Amino acid sequence: MAPLIPSQEELERRRIVGINAETVTNMSSTDFPGHWPGEDHAWDLNKFRDGFQVEFHRNDRFEAAFSLIGLDAAIANAFRRIMMAEIPTLAIEYVFVHNNTSVIQDEVLAARLGLIPLKGSVEGINWMRWFKKPTEDDPEGGSSPADYNTIVLHLSVECTKNPNAAPGEQDPRKLYHNAHVYARDIAFNAVGRQEQYFVDDEAIQPVNPDILVAKLRPDQKIEIEMHCIKGIGADHAKFSPVATASYRLMPDIKILRPILGDDAKKFAKCFPKGVIGLEKVTSQEAAQKGSGYEGHAGDIKAVVRDAFNDTVSRECLRHEEFEGKVKLGRIRDHFIFNVESTGQFESDVLFLESVKLLKLKCARWKRGLTDLMR
Amino acid sequence: MSREAYQVPNLGAQNAFGDGMGAGSMESPAVSYLCGECNSRVSLKRGDQIRCKECGHRVLYKERTKRMVQFEAR
Repeated sequence: MAPLIPSQEELERRRIVGINAETVTNMSSTDFPGHWPGEDHAWDLNKFRDGFQVEFHRNDRFEAAFSLIGLDAAIANAFRRIMMAEIPTLAIEYVFVHNNTSVIQDEVLAARLGLIPLKGSVEGINWMRWFKKPTEDDPEGGSSPADYNTIVLHLSVECTKNPNAAPGEQDPRKLYHNAHVYARDIAFNAVGRQEQYFVDDEAIQPVNPDILVAKLRPDQKIEIEMHCIKGIGADHAKFSPVATASYRLMPDIKILRPILGDDAKKFAKCFPKGVIGLEKVTSQEAAQKGSGYEGHAGDIKAVVRDAFNDTVSRECLRHEEFEGKVKLGRIRDHFIFNVESTGQFESDVLFLESVKLLKLKCARWKRGLTDLMR
Repeated sequence: MSREAYQVPNLGAQNAFGDGMGAGSMESPAVSYLCGECNSRVSLKRGDQIRCKECGHRVLYKERTKRMVQFEAR
């Protein structure tokens, strides 16, 4: 028996997640074998290739927005999770406090330092290897610090009085030298082969030099050595290379019956600017019987202009006059990603990295399966 | 037992004075403290009156250890 082929209309209907005032319907995807009797939904590479699309909306250095159209939520979510938790970056892990007479406690200061995003030569970061930590079972198994697994940073600041301060000065930053300790005070010393990779602009440095680390008063002193290692976000959020990596589904607004006149203006106000446009009813539309536009030539009507920017606030569903006239939804397989990098990697590179990592995982799994067969 | 009669047990070189001299020995080393009022250094020997030599304040703080302390940044 040849497989049944659902109509285009039916397929479109299945693509939409329904959004009502208080409920969401048609949430899970049904395009897998065995759900629809008689239909063939076996996954096929060519079918996927034909249906898959990537569209970039914005591609700045550290922020990218793009759409992935025509893939399953599981895959889209895998990319998001890999970007957040499995792409390695550098962060301060060990803090050796030689002196700290400031009011901020050593452990709190250490936690703050760890969260400072660092950047450096991408080539160098990729060259670096993991620093293996000793475990409870194997206390001697940890790796020892070397140029290929540890970056050494120093922070040494002492606050002193400023003799040239104007009398009556109240601002501690003018009254004293080094009253505020910023991330830019962290100094990097290249060791061994690091000198080849981390030079000049490519040196390891904080992405945001103005992060306030601590405040000092005269005679207070901070003297710290820090060891940075490579790690992944699954271990600690400080290793995550993205500030945000999220996706939303493309909103879908369908105006079922005409919304005219003042109602149209009110309708447009229910949505963010630019989502709903106001147009005049043409005489052609007015002449069409059963369209709902009869006798309204020249009136204003509401049209969907750009559903992309909609927040799906459902405001329009709260008003009686729009009841039954509008249907909100989201397109199930249209994922609008937003990836913001912390500054180490470029945001589009981060997405490609996540694809690479997923591929790697698949290869590993496949290898496991073949081992199982033997 | 009165406070004065109490003998600090000798912990050897491990104690905070760290110079090999036990706190119980007769020539106790001077330990420097910081005045809680004027932040000046005050070195005191055992039996000295606990008082700042500059301002007479009676609250003194111990100095921070000179040893390195290691933390995990998490």
